[in-house]
Amino acid sequence: MTTTPYIQFFDGANSDGSGTPSHELLGGKCASLVALTQAGMPVPPGFAITTASYDAFIAAAGIEDDIHVLLAGLDSDDVAEVDRVSAQLRFEIESRPVPSDVRAEFVAAYHSLQERFSEPVPVAVRSSATAEDLPDASFAGQQDTYLWLTGIEDVTEHIRRCWASLFTSRAITYRLRNNIPNEGLSMAVAVQKMVNARAAGVAITMDPTTGDRSKIVIESSYGLGELVVSGLVTPDNLTVDKIMLMVVKRAVGSKHAELVPDPANAGLVELEVSAERRVVLSISETEITAIATIAKKAEKHFRCPQDIEWALDRDLPEGANLLLLQSRPETVHSSGSSAARADAAPATPATGFGIESITRSLLVQAGKA
Amino acid sequence: MTEKSFPSPYDQAPAVGAEGWKDLYAYNLVFQENRREVEEGKFWFCDSQHWPTVTKPFETIGFEFAVSCLGQYNTRHLLIPPANGIEFRIHNGYVFMSPVGVPEAEIAPRVPEFMARAGHYFQNWETLLEQWQGKIRGTIDELGALSFEALPDQVDINDVTSGKGTGPNNDLLARYDELIALTYRAWQYHFEFLNLGYVAYLDFFSFCKEVFPGIPDQAVAKMVQGVDMELFRPDDELKKLAKLAIELGLTGLFGDTENPEATLAGLAAASAGSEWIVAWNEAKDPWFNFTVGNGFYAHDKYWMDHLELPLGYIRDYIGRLQSGQTIDRPVAELVAERDRITEEYSELLSPEQLAAFEGKLGLARQVYPYVENHNFYIEHWTMGVFWRKARELSAMLQQQGFWADADGMFFLRRDEVREALFDYVTGWAVGAPAIGPDYWPGEVERRRAIVDALQQQRPQPALNTPPAVITEPFTLMLWGITSDQIKNWLGDSDAPEGEFRGMAASSGVAEGPARVISSSDQLSEVREGDILVAPVTAPSWGPIFGKIRATVTDIGGMMSHAAIVCREYGMPAVTGTGTASAQITTGQWLRVDGNNGTVTIVPDHVVEGHGAAGHGVEGHRHDLTLAGDAAIQLEDALDGPVLEGSHA
Repeated sequence: MTTTPYIQFFDGANSDGSGTPSHELLGGKCASLVALTQAGMPVPPGFAITTASYDAFIAAAGIEDDIHVLLAGLDSDDVAEVDRVSAQLRFEIESRPVPSDVRAEFVAAYHSLQERFSEPVPVAVRSSATAEDLPDASFAGQQDTYLWLTGIEDVTEHIRRCWASLFTSRAITYRLRNNIPNEGLSMAVAVQKMVNARAAGVAITMDPTTGDRSKIVIESSYGLGELVVSGLVTPDNLTVDKIMLMVVKRAVGSKHAELVPDPANAGLVELEVSAERRVVLSISETEITAIATIAKKAEKHFRCPQDIEWALDRDLPEGANLLLLQSRPETVHSSGSSAARADAAPATPATGFGIESITRSLLVQAGKA
Repeated sequence: MTEKSFPSPYDQAPAVGAEGWKDLYAYNLVFQENRREVEEGKFWFCDSQHWPTVTKPFETIGFEFAVSCLGQYNTRHLLIPPANGIEFRIHNGYVFMSPVGVPEAEIAPRVPEFMARAGHYFQNWETLLEQWQGKIRGTIDELGALSFEALPDQVDINDVTSGKGTGPNNDLLARYDELIALTYRAWQYHFEFLNLGYVAYLDFFSFCKEVFPGIPDQAVAKMVQGVDMELFRPDDELKKLAKLAIELGLTGLFGDTENPEATLAGLAAASAGSEWIVAWNEAKDPWFNFTVGNGFYAHDKYWMDHLELPLGYIRDYIGRLQSGQTIDRPVAELVAERDRITEEYSELLSPEQLAAFEGKLGLARQVYPYVENHNFYIEHWTMGVFWRKARELSAMLQQQGFWADADGMFFLRRDEVREALFDYVTGWAVGAPAIGPDYWPGEVERRRAIVDALQQQRPQPALNTPPAVITEPFTLMLWGITSDQIKNWLGDSDAPEGEFRGMAASSGVAEGPARVISSSDQLSEVREGDILVAPVTAPSWGPIFGKIRATVTDIGGMMSHAAIVCREYGMPAVTGTGTASAQITTGQWLRVDGNNGTVTIVPDHVVEGHGAAGHGVEGHRHDLTLAGDAAIQLEDALDGPVLEGSHA
């Protein structure tokens, strides 16, 4: 147990001393945040509560056998029974105390995170599942993200809720249907400084409409990025030349709503965006360049086109307020990138050079060819 | 939506006091009344990039020679398939142009001819260019050898006894004809390579636009640009001289650069001064054949003739070096940036595309230095000599009573100058006074008043109805006249109040106080950290580029000199804003975004300690009100308007 740590800071050394963060220990989400931080990206600071913490918790609670018994022989089509088992397991997890050694490390980490700021900062708690444990692993944030948490007790409670989310009805059914065994099931949790997004969105390091890899396409809207990711608002759409970092195309989106933190209710609230804010870009030229720069850096680091999530934190000073929330390989085009590029190839491939090609260019330019 | 148009030249009244202006110019240069239908059928744009102020009658030689030689190469030498030349007219004193297309049926037959002719040049570029150097330098030497002295009272006895058989009057007329002919020849040479430089550039440009749709024009320019151009040598020479002055401990001797004779004498007398003077003399010829104007106006000041200019710049450089500043252009950074950009685009190409990309880029880079360097040889060097000789002739005829002021000749057309000369030699021959002194002084003053009146009115950016899309390659490349630009002129721009849009000519973002400069004589007003705002700029403004943070011009495309120079100096620039210099006032806080081509007036910015602002505003107003008063300006040490070096 002493070799596997309960906690790993995003900007701390990998526990095994290797160059790559351990997916098994950190789960997908945290492993990615650690990798991005190590690549020098401005990831909101935080730490992972590793799968070792979960394992220690389950062991101390003595419920591992109960879990296997309850799950054994469950019929994925028996919705009522699945729901009943799910409720029981989650109750078991959420009501057990966290073992004191795990808790001590977490408390120390939490204070260490808070010490980086001049005043207490709220945090977000997110589950970070290992590969196939949960459906929609890559969209894990949606159901087990708890925002705007303050204070140790509140955070502890939500960490247990994340652990418990391994046993939602949906998760149980998913594993049953995909024959994923329950043995070795574990879960890491990310505790991260809350981003108070003034504007947020996504960026893809290619033009997804043409496959042109010399472009970065940014989508941006007010508030947190969830509305952009889920397609609930029409964001601003900006095409940036990747090499020159110059905007080459811009479309102002309608951006009718924004999701902003609601500290009072420890969550988010959707507000209407005023008419005058809708008709202007949600980010400045400087911010566009900064976002494109980060996206380009992520692509270079991971050596393939990336799809990133970013946010501009209103609590941070201008120039240091751009945060990278996520970066993952761009899958739509890069999987079939050669085909996509072939589609995008010009109708009259301008190969060759010299006088023939000069002549053709002149005629094309004048609309005579 | 109704189609928007520019006014017809036939519906525009001249400025008050400029009535009868058409008679100042040759019949073929003005819009003739009985050609209304023909002329209104064409779209004309004002070339205020090269001719920002009113052109005096003698000065039409600039656009007549330049633009006709450009046309000659497209139409007759190279047979560029889709493009003939560019027609030109003068309207209310300003120069307007209209590109001439090639009839559809003639395009295809021109292709093999073009390929044979242009192909030969591309294949033999270096050899032919070396030959060109010899030709142009020979022409400049011939121009330099011309002299215009008053005729002697009697023919030299030796000319009589040797049986020469002709008098000095014959030589005087011949030398005038030679002055014109040699200049025409130089302008032919100017276009021998230039159009080819542009088409090679255009080929690479089109390829980049195809494989990277929407690639910024600036990216293409940066991949092609050279960094060690002859056009930048004059400025580099000044920097070297500044460093040498420090090295030799001569910095205390630059106190009164306005008096070059005294300054140079002081330097020569100093202990280590002779070494510096040798270096100065070496730099002078040819590199001080450099104008603060653009070579198209009689009053353009050349460093060679105004040594206080280079001495003043050297003094400034010394000051900046002593305060620990770097004065060198960031050549290493420019090369690194060029290589980075080229490499990053290259990496995205398939092997076939990459081969084409490299081939086209290689050719563009080979031919491109000419596009920048020719400007030194023609506009600066040749035209510097031409105007010096023309001023010499004007002064000689002034002494003969033909006009009251030294610049009187420039109010005559060049063919009228020959008439006046013939009048002079006739009077000399006959032994009776010439008629000119009774005719020209009054006529010159009448014309001067008309030119002054014309000067009071700015030209329309264009005339008549624009075509739906601009496709003519040279119009796009040289003048930056795009369909968007025309939309801007017609007031269809969607730019918000206080914002100007132009061409993103040189990348980077900068903020600072505006310094509106409308004449090169105002250059001394430029302060450290200013943002230069001008109708156009000249390449010879290099020495002030170390002081400023960004440049904004009204006129000019991606290949205009303001754009080229700013890229070479690694400074943000927005060109072709249309009217920024008229709407921005000195001291206003500006944000210049050279990545997106926008200039914004930052309204609430409090400018502190910008004491020069008031002076600048005053200077600007002063210049505008006196803009028409060419008489005073010209008398008063050959004032120069702000002009831009030319490609055309």
